[in-house]
Amino acid sequence: MASVARPEFSGSEPRDATTSAVALGTQAGAIQASALACAHCSLPVPEALREAEGERSFCCAGCRTAYAILHEHGLDRYYDLGTRREVPVALSTRSYDEFDHEAFRARHITATQDGLSRIELLLEGVHCASCVWLVERVPLLLTGVARAELDIGRSLATIEWDANALPLSSVARTLASLGYPPHPFLGVRRDAVRRSEERAALVRIGVAGAIAINVMLPALAMYAGVLGDGMDASLARFFRIISMGLTLLAVVFPGRVFFAGAWAAIRTRTLHLDLPVAVALGAGVLRGTINTITDSGPVYFDGVTLLIFLLLVGRYLQQRGTRAATDASELLLSLTPQGARVVEGDGQVRELPAAALLPGMTLEVRAGDVFAADGEISGGTSTIDRSLLTGESRPVRVETGDRVFAGTRNCTAPLRITVTQAGDESRVARLLRQVEESSRRRAPIVRLANRLAGWFVGVVLVLAVVTFVVRSAVDPSTALDAAIALLVVTCPCALAMATPLAVTVAMGRAARHGVLIRGGDALEALAKPGVLLLDKTGTVTESRVSLVRWEGAEWVKPFVLALERESLHPLAEGFRRGLSDSEAPDSMRDLPTVETSTHVAGGGIVGRVDGHDVIVGSPQFVSSHVAVRVPPEGTAHADEALTPVWVAVDGELVARAFLGDPIRADAVESVTALRQAGWDVQLLSGDAESVVRAVGGALGLPLESCHALATPEDKLRIVEELARSQRVVMVGDGVNDAAAIVAATVGIAVHGGAEASLTVADVYLSTPGLAPLVDLVTGSSRTMRVIRRNITISLLYNVVGASLAITGVISPLVAAVMMPISSLTVVLGSWYATTFNTRT
Amino acid sequence: MSVVYLVLPLALVIVLVAVIAFVWAARRGQFDDLETPALRMLNDDDVRTPRSGNSSPDH
Repeated sequence: MASVARPEFSGSEPRDATTSAVALGTQAGAIQASALACAHCSLPVPEALREAEGERSFCCAGCRTAYAILHEHGLDRYYDLGTRREVPVALSTRSYDEFDHEAFRARHITATQDGLSRIELLLEGVHCASCVWLVERVPLLLTGVARAELDIGRSLATIEWDANALPLSSVARTLASLGYPPHPFLGVRRDAVRRSEERAALVRIGVAGAIAINVMLPALAMYAGVLGDGMDASLARFFRIISMGLTLLAVVFPGRVFFAGAWAAIRTRTLHLDLPVAVALGAGVLRGTINTITDSGPVYFDGVTLLIFLLLVGRYLQQRGTRAATDASELLLSLTPQGARVVEGDGQVRELPAAALLPGMTLEVRAGDVFAADGEISGGTSTIDRSLLTGESRPVRVETGDRVFAGTRNCTAPLRITVTQAGDESRVARLLRQVEESSRRRAPIVRLANRLAGWFVGVVLVLAVVTFVVRSAVDPSTALDAAIALLVVTCPCALAMATPLAVTVAMGRAARHGVLIRGGDALEALAKPGVLLLDKTGTVTESRVSLVRWEGAEWVKPFVLALERESLHPLAEGFRRGLSDSEAPDSMRDLPTVETSTHVAGGGIVGRVDGHDVIVGSPQFVSSHVAVRVPPEGTAHADEALTPVWVAVDGELVARAFLGDPIRADAVESVTALRQAGWDVQLLSGDAESVVRAVGGALGLPLESCHALATPEDKLRIVEELARSQRVVMVGDGVNDAAAIVAATVGIAVHGGAEASLTVADVYLSTPGLAPLVDLVTGSSRTMRVIRRNITISLLYNVVGASLAITGVISPLVAAVMMPISSLTVVLGSWYATTFNTRT
Repeated sequence: MSVVYLVLPLALVIVLVAVIAFVWAARRGQFDDLETPALRMLNDDDVRTPRSGNSSPDH
């Protein structure tokens, strides 16, 4: 089977055009002093790419292509636009052939009424007015494209075209060459449903609002009449009948959702905010209607219609917040590769959608690509990164005959694999099905605030009846006023809005800080400390090899970097990352010249750099080449799960480097902060015991808090056991964490994770590191404090108001003026509360 | 005060018109994307955009 990779440096492969374009772009960004700007993106042009005087210069080949396309089609006006995208265009050599395949068509393309085809494409990199201009204009120049429209908020382009006249792949290539690589959007069908739901919600709000305002007007007149010298009786009856008609309309059309929700709650025997709301609405309307017909007693129509309106607004705000978070994770899901390169019988390589793969096909998987199916390697030797599937931090070496799984990444060299299981049969798909099943079993959380609001409404209704009955017996002339005043002043709008408003504001602010929260339940659960389980690879650590420690002479670093720059080995990449971070960008460019270099597989690199003999490689390899006494090897690096690499210059050992998966820079600080806040932080990893202990030790966690060698099933079991007695928060990034994320009270997926964990998590941290986790926890407890404050304010207000009304101190008109003040307090209190705005 | 008997129904008719206009706009998807059109109007039209008559993606 596969073995853990040792330091060995395979021969350098020619990089493909995409990589070099990106590399050029990065370099362009690093040069600050340059005065010449790229004609397309306005970034500085590197020295080597500067053209002669009077010629246009470009920072990279991608920008040159994009400029040529615009220029040829007479779209130079683009360069007059005020705000332009200042990002170099990464040149793509992809053919997008898979966009023309039958399976792709069946999955992503729909037909329009006028015989055209329509697709929604997710574009990378759209963000400003010039992007809208390009995306909506350039595709139209292709014969056959009828419509191109961009929704910039969600980076989605809708393209309609004649499939007989033009293959979709050429539209895709055009978009890619402008610097907007397209991906099929994976949420299309659900999106149509959601959009019509959202439109329906808007219509309900509009209708309810219009009715509420128009019921309020006659109601105010009637309150004034009650206060003043009385109103003409026939006019009052007219007002009441008009109000009744409007209110019945409001209850039957927009208010219907509450009755439907209440009915569903009764059938499933759960408490729901809809239940008391429906009771209040029903009682109010019924009593008001009877009083209107018999022409006696108060009518509650103004309260009823306003309640419907405000509740609908609160609910809509909440849904929008949830939608934003769902959108973000769906967009991320769409970015995962859906294509594969299939080798045909005649040796030709074609791109096919992953859905069209069949067992027995031969795939070519380039370095850096993700495997699209499970299979057996039929040719090539490489290392693969299985961290998303298994949690192993180190790349694993594979060769012909080894099995590879969909969802893992090929790191080093191109491979050919024979597909054994594809699509739904692959291991990752089976794992995902388990996750889906357990997420369906999950019980809904009934929120405290909802229950409170329910009780409150019931109490108010009872109080109103009691007040009316008691006061009728004592003093019939004031009974009516007192009951009206009570009902008006205690309108539960503020209470009903207290939670959704605070939650929506908090979710919106959190999203701006890169923390996407899918529901208010998560905020409530995160407000109080419990057990916090952290996955190791990719969550606490960076899940990529980097230079962790360097012992020895500093001056050899550029020599090592010069040698390693050529190599595609994962450890070489670790050197590049680790060394270029510590050096200034300028010194990167003046690296010593490599005169000769030999890569020895399984050993290291021997080279001549600037007149020095430099050897970089495993301790065994270096000591076999250099005739120096090898110092006794410490075991420290083994405990820390580091791979040692030695460097010898001119026959002498001058430095020892240790490479590994480094702990994220903010991890120690964040974990300490969480533990101080009372959380029981534990590590839960599929990696080896020594590695997990080393990381746990570095974070300051006791040994019993580090669980190693946990399979996905183990993780699920541990979380389920803990969740029986306390609240459990699971933080993870991989497919192996997904089941545990679902089972936990709150599941959190971190930046760069697998789509499996993204789709099931309650919270997604879209910025790397653990600091957002601390923000999330403190923000949640602040939000709960705001909610409690809101509820307290509105309850206090209502208690005071109700006492005044029952004792007959305030009249219905004063109550009507007081009522919106409580709602306003809650709105302002939620808006200006400090929840997620600690960092900027 | 008898003028109220005429004015109030009249006001309701005007409200009805406004509501119908709002419902029409919402159903046509005018409120689906509030961000892109604001950027789109910055671009003068010098290329004719051939459009299929209905602009709503759902119908």
